Amino acid sequence: MKNRVVITGMGVCAPNGIGLAQFSDAIFSGKSGVTFHQQLADLNFGCQIAGQPDVTPELLKKYFTPLQLRDLQSSGIEYGMIAGVDAWKDAGLNIMDKDAVDYDSGIIFGVSLLGAEKFRSAIYQTDEGKVRRLGSTTVIQTMASGISAYLGGYIGCGNQVTTNSSACTTGLESVLMGYERVRNGDAVRMLVGSCNDSGPYIWGGFDAMRVLTKKYNENPTAGSRPMQEDANGFVPGSGAGALVLESLDSALSRGARIYAEVLGGAVNSGGQRMGGTMTAPNSEAVQHCIRTAVRNSHIDSQDIDTINGHLTSTGMCPTEIKNWSEALELRGKDFPYINSLKSMTGHCLAAAGSIETVATILELKNNKVFGNINTGNLHPDIKGIIDDSCVPSHTVNKTICIAAKASFGFGDVNCCMIFKKLTA
Amino acid sequence: MNTKHYDELKNIIKIYLPEDVSVDDIKPTSHLTQELNINSANLVDIVLDVEDHFDITIEDDEIEKMETVKSAIEIIEAKVL
Repeated sequence: MKNRVVITGMGVCAPNGIGLAQFSDAIFSGKSGVTFHQQLADLNFGCQIAGQPDVTPELLKKYFTPLQLRDLQSSGIEYGMIAGVDAWKDAGLNIMDKDAVDYDSGIIFGVSLLGAEKFRSAIYQTDEGKVRRLGSTTVIQTMASGISAYLGGYIGCGNQVTTNSSACTTGLESVLMGYERVRNGDAVRMLVGSCNDSGPYIWGGFDAMRVLTKKYNENPTAGSRPMQEDANGFVPGSGAGALVLESLDSALSRGARIYAEVLGGAVNSGGQRMGGTMTAPNSEAVQHCIRTAVRNSHIDSQDIDTINGHLTSTGMCPTEIKNWSEALELRGKDFPYINSLKSMTGHCLAAAGSIETVATILELKNNKVFGNINTGNLHPDIKGIIDDSCVPSHTVNKTICIAAKASFGFGDVNCCMIFKKLTA
Repeated sequence: MNTKHYDELKNIIKIYLPEDVSVDDIKPTSHLTQELNINSANLVDIVLDVEDHFDITIEDDEIEKMETVKSAIEIIEAKVL
């Protein structure tokens, strides 16, 4: 007997809003979090705009001790703690006392890489022969599992506490992994999510690959244009999203507020074959992933009310729409609504999947499909597949029972999840 | 023991105290990890702060002897005086 799994808590630290209230207002009113970054201009970046959460020193004091803050140089840990602790508290769950451990609760919190600023400082000191000056936190701020370790210690989790990493699929993959653990009865609840550092050392490699837009340095909020004909590269982002996944039995027995049920999902890889490469997806595998997620969720594709796509604002958006359309066997006006949070946040990389899942669940909860911003110029190849009305440019009021979310990543990896409003 | 050095060391140590240990709990005889409950990983940070503040270098074998506030002061004073 498998457990049904529900979402009972959420937290978010996004470029366009920190905390559920601010973020919810932002996504439904079309607020962009993309801004000009003088530092990127000074460093000769082609793309000088980015999405970065506006975290203040005052806010950090709520999540870290003065000692932890003293030499904290890992923006990913900052974002991840804000989102993760908020999600836990949003679920009405307790922080364990000093002498108690919760063996039923675990964490899977993903990253791409962590603590780039800290690592940079450590490299300089090491190269100067001052390795003994690195202090005690270089390792914990730069190990990938640093964020799950910080969260695990804050909460007192005693179940599996780990970190996953699959490039831009990371955030959604953590949801699937946590879901499987609760469904199989290995944990009662799992805090899942992901975070991504901000800054030039994170974004520079993408700038060098020429996959970032360079044409909107004077007009930052217009830079991220998923599905538009004039999209010419993504806007780099950062942040964190977090969700508490819990068995339905546990949620009901403690009277928890339930946002949605996780119906199922799928993860796979295109093997970097058949059109798939290190950086581009094998479309057959993408479609296989979406179809498997739908089948695992025991729904029909026409039951899907809205899709939150990966849709990064590169030239790949039409291919993604084609893959959704062929996998779901839905075209034209039969295709559901589809949107991309990246139009407002930029591409938050490893954090994208979790932040966008939080946005998707807020859509389910509020019966609203958030509008894409920077629209009006839908790519002709997309117009040939789905109706213009499927891509809303303003928030639409609509009863949403089932929502689909997918993320795709370098390494030709894919993940798709299906969420449903809880019904008896 | 020079009270100035003692107060300065106390100022360094207090940053590393866990939340349930007060700065008033620091006594010359206090054991850093066993009584003040300072995380042993933070001892290396205390040593770095001490080195910066007193402009001295503390060797690895001396760190091992820095068990109490008093023994730390003795190591410091042997170098600054």
